[in-house]
Amino acid sequence: MEKSEHLNLYQEMVVIRRIEERAAELYQKGKIGGFLHLYIGQEAVSVGIGSIRQPQDRLITAYRDHGWAISAGIDPKYVMAELLGKVDGTSQGKGGSMHMADTELNFWGGHAVVGAHIPIAAGMALGDVYQGNDDAVTICMFGDGATNIGFFHEGLNLSKVWNLPVLWVCENNQYGMGTSVERASAVSEIRQKAEGYGMPNNRIEGMNVMTVREETSKVLEEVRNGGGPYLLEIVTYRFRGHSMGDPERYREKDEVKKWEDEDPIGVFRNYLLEEEIASEEELDEQDEEAEVIVDEAVDFAESSPDPDDEALFEHIYAEPTPVEYRGYAMAQESEEK
Amino acid sequence: MARMTMREAISKALWEEMERDENVFIQGEEVGVWGGTYAVTKGFLDRFGEKRVRDTPIAEAAIVGSAIGAALVGLRPVAELMTINFAFAAMDHIVNEAPKLHYMFGGQFKLPLVIRAVSGGGRQLAATHSQTPDAIFAHFPGLKVVSPGTPADAKGLLKSAIRSDDPVLFIENATLYQAKGEVPEDEDYLEPIGKSKIQREGEDVTIVAYSKTVQLAMEAADMLAEDGIEAEIVDLRSLRPLDMEPVIESFKRTNRAVVAEEGWRGYGVGSEVSARIYELAFDYVDAPVKRVAQAEVPLPYNQRLEQLAIVQTEDIYNAAKEVIYG
Amino acid sequence: MAEVVTMPKLGFDMDEGKLVRWVIPEGDPVEKGAVIAEIETDKATVEVESGYAGVMFRHLAEEDTALPVNAPIAVIADEGEEPSEDEIDSLVKEAGGEAPEKAPTKEDKPEEEAEEKEEKEETEEESVEEEDADVTPAGGVRSSPLARRMAEDHDIELKKIEGSGPQGRVVKKDVEDYLESMRQEGREEEAEAVERVLEPMPAFAPGEAPEDEVVEMSRLRQAIGKRMQNSNQNFPHFYLTRNYKTDQMMALRKDINQLLPEGEKISVNDFIVKAVALALRRYPNLNASIEDKTHIRRHGQVNVGVAVAVEGGLMTVVCKDADQKPVRLIAREVREMAIRARERKVKNEDIEGSTFSISNLGMYAIDNFAAIINPPEAAILAVGAVQKVPDVVDGEVVVASRMKATLSADHRVTDGAEAAEFMEVLADYLEEPMRLLL
Repeated sequence: MEKSEHLNLYQEMVVIRRIEERAAELYQKGKIGGFLHLYIGQEAVSVGIGSIRQPQDRLITAYRDHGWAISAGIDPKYVMAELLGKVDGTSQGKGGSMHMADTELNFWGGHAVVGAHIPIAAGMALGDVYQGNDDAVTICMFGDGATNIGFFHEGLNLSKVWNLPVLWVCENNQYGMGTSVERASAVSEIRQKAEGYGMPNNRIEGMNVMTVREETSKVLEEVRNGGGPYLLEIVTYRFRGHSMGDPERYREKDEVKKWEDEDPIGVFRNYLLEEEIASEEELDEQDEEAEVIVDEAVDFAESSPDPDDEALFEHIYAEPTPVEYRGYAMAQESEEK
Repeated sequence: MARMTMREAISKALWEEMERDENVFIQGEEVGVWGGTYAVTKGFLDRFGEKRVRDTPIAEAAIVGSAIGAALVGLRPVAELMTINFAFAAMDHIVNEAPKLHYMFGGQFKLPLVIRAVSGGGRQLAATHSQTPDAIFAHFPGLKVVSPGTPADAKGLLKSAIRSDDPVLFIENATLYQAKGEVPEDEDYLEPIGKSKIQREGEDVTIVAYSKTVQLAMEAADMLAEDGIEAEIVDLRSLRPLDMEPVIESFKRTNRAVVAEEGWRGYGVGSEVSARIYELAFDYVDAPVKRVAQAEVPLPYNQRLEQLAIVQTEDIYNAAKEVIYG
Repeated sequence: MAEVVTMPKLGFDMDEGKLVRWVIPEGDPVEKGAVIAEIETDKATVEVESGYAGVMFRHLAEEDTALPVNAPIAVIADEGEEPSEDEIDSLVKEAGGEAPEKAPTKEDKPEEEAEEKEEKEETEEESVEEEDADVTPAGGVRSSPLARRMAEDHDIELKKIEGSGPQGRVVKKDVEDYLESMRQEGREEEAEAVERVLEPMPAFAPGEAPEDEVVEMSRLRQAIGKRMQNSNQNFPHFYLTRNYKTDQMMALRKDINQLLPEGEKISVNDFIVKAVALALRRYPNLNASIEDKTHIRRHGQVNVGVAVAVEGGLMTVVCKDADQKPVRLIAREVREMAIRARERKVKNEDIEGSTFSISNLGMYAIDNFAAIINPPEAAILAVGAVQKVPDVVDGEVVVASRMKATLSADHRVTDGAEAAEFMEVLADYLEEPMRLLL
């Protein structure tokens, strides 16, 4: 791997971290509404997988999607604009934190209903098989919590029955909201669930971006080469609460502290220094560049306009369809007549 | 024109669209080897093969969810639910995913998806397999809900649904598969989604109906005609978008209306249509609008009890007599 | 820290307001900006927003009471805070109000009141039952909406028609039958033009006239009375009437309105507003008000008030800077404000700040009248109907268009000659209305 590529990975992780920190601030100022699920602590996963994904590989994930949006190639400024609900956001301000996508980058979103996107991912892979896109893999991300819902089991079963090219990736951050894997799942290793579907599987550590890259790369090529669906469990940790305002009664401060020692950014920085791939100065420079990118993203988002009122009634349907204004469109017309 | 049953008309629409467009495929429980539980897809597997006629596990969320995924990446899936009662097992995908994705991602996603489902009671399948919950699905902006009452409309509307770029829930009625009618043979015969249609003209009372109640209303109108009462039948055909214009135009002439549906009355199609009549044509109201619907009970197995619960021709006839004080 | 909410001043001339309804009950949380109560002023019902967040601790006023501006109406406390009665008293005094009588707490609520409430609830229940029992509706006749509309169109009294529907409901067929029977009785003309049928004889015999009725004056009625009485008694009015040629104005209006879409047409009054505004710019002494015994204030802005008849009285809506606005804009503003006035939804800026008023009764075919000055203004123009009159041009009698207008002016501010000149300049604009468009 080239040095520049190493530096890119490093910078991307820092950008995601800073974007999330700024998002938290903006949320507290009331500029971001709804839920806000921060990706802080899990950066090695999206950056690692994002860096080996091929353009034809479809990527779909759950609601903790800001990091994924950036790792899919979306400019952070569009991510930030969506967070602020602005017209330049990835979804024109209509989706918010949990619903970012860019179909041109083959990134199929952020999905907010736990596990609901899993059967959808199977269908996307079916679409590739149907259309003869033989070298495309659908990479479907989900959390540990999603593996307890029926959608997961229906989706995995279908993918195996139809031998679909899906890489199922469980981003196990060890808590579904505030309920630990041990308290919610019959088996503590998520990978075991694949056994019931006769599906190959593995469990890897997710705090080191290089490990994530190497291990995922291997199984991705397995799926690409016709190996059928694969379940990869990546063990990681979120340093912040489930979403803003999470009282975090379910875990000890010490536990968080322990994981913070394995901060993926710190781990990777140390690795780059120890291996003498980059110097302190070079990495500091990357940090500074990341700050600039994030500042620009926030400026861009803040100055982007709100969607027009007309946008309220746009995109309900793809085809021209009569739209009712609060159900009274015809009432007004008939009064006029 | 050819005379055929509703089953043949639906089958023909599917067949023609699959012949026309390679991206159209069907999936669902028993659509392939079995030929469809209502025999709509009989012979399809032999003609189109396993790739395009896909038997699925009994897993409704997977059937609809994967159809959504395939539609997102450019295919035109027709997902079949054996009965609409099983739609509840796929409710999230039908009402909370399909209708939202185009809007929620700022128009990036397109879902050329059809979900076929069989509705209606009267076959002694008891409470969990006999429902007509159509109105529930019509509640959600972003989904189109279509339900034809004649073979011709079934063909024309299903073809439009398959060619549509929006998710369409296409509801067939289990007791209508044998209903016969004249059907255009043209392979490009399309009926527009979201347009109500006058199925019979009359000046004395407006009967608003859709799906099975269109057939019942036709019979009721014959009975009314013997009494010298001319009923006008407006077939909604599509519950969302709901086209009230022909209803209102008719009502402004007749000033009296009956709304007939097979489902329950509460929060139903009749509630919606009658409320809109009052909103849009209050000054033309000459008598309260009458809703005809099934009894507010889970449907029983016993044949006599079940028939007592579901809507009959006489119910529509009586309601019409009642609203015209005849 | 508890805060006191006072009766807000919702217009420059508002002295008191009536608290119509509490929106947030005692004990409920209040967000900053939340609507806590509804206030009725002379002009409209408006919502009072809270400037504080917390809990509605105490209502200091009951519903349906009138209170002067700035009177304390409520105490909003911080969540969990329990201000003592003394604290409340001092807060209220600080806010400039009297210490309130101690409001009864829940525990020592007088029994009578509780009973009263129970009684009230019972009555309410009864009335619901009555509705269910489907008694004869208000107005005395059970009828369908369609029958009511048809009866109105033909000016028929529904009472005269026998209903054939359930419980005697009059339906479309009954109205049609009634019209048909009138025709058959040889009263075809009557049936065609029932509008001309005389009102029925009074239902009572001579000497048995109904009792007198005492009705309460609305707040609007009281306010108009007070203002007009003040003006008529204290302002020395004098009156000048002039007959204006309106042929050109009517022709111009017709041409312009052909270009304008439905709903944006320009009225005669819109031209008059513009003409008056331009004339006032040249006669600032008439665009004035008495400041004090030794000063007159000549207003910089020309803001023309237009009297609008509303249910139970009239209101003056104000077209600001009318001298600088195109006629089309004046038309739109006045139309929109008039609609709001009739719906009692005027905004304060709609009715504030007029410097001269126009009252136009042309649409009622009034030939000419004199209006009372709208204080504190110096003059008002009363406008009559545009009429077709015979005129002599070159020895020939021709049909001409004329309109009379009467200026009422305050003699403390101006005199006859100046007012007459103003009326002359007004003629320049009204009689050559192209000037209004330049």
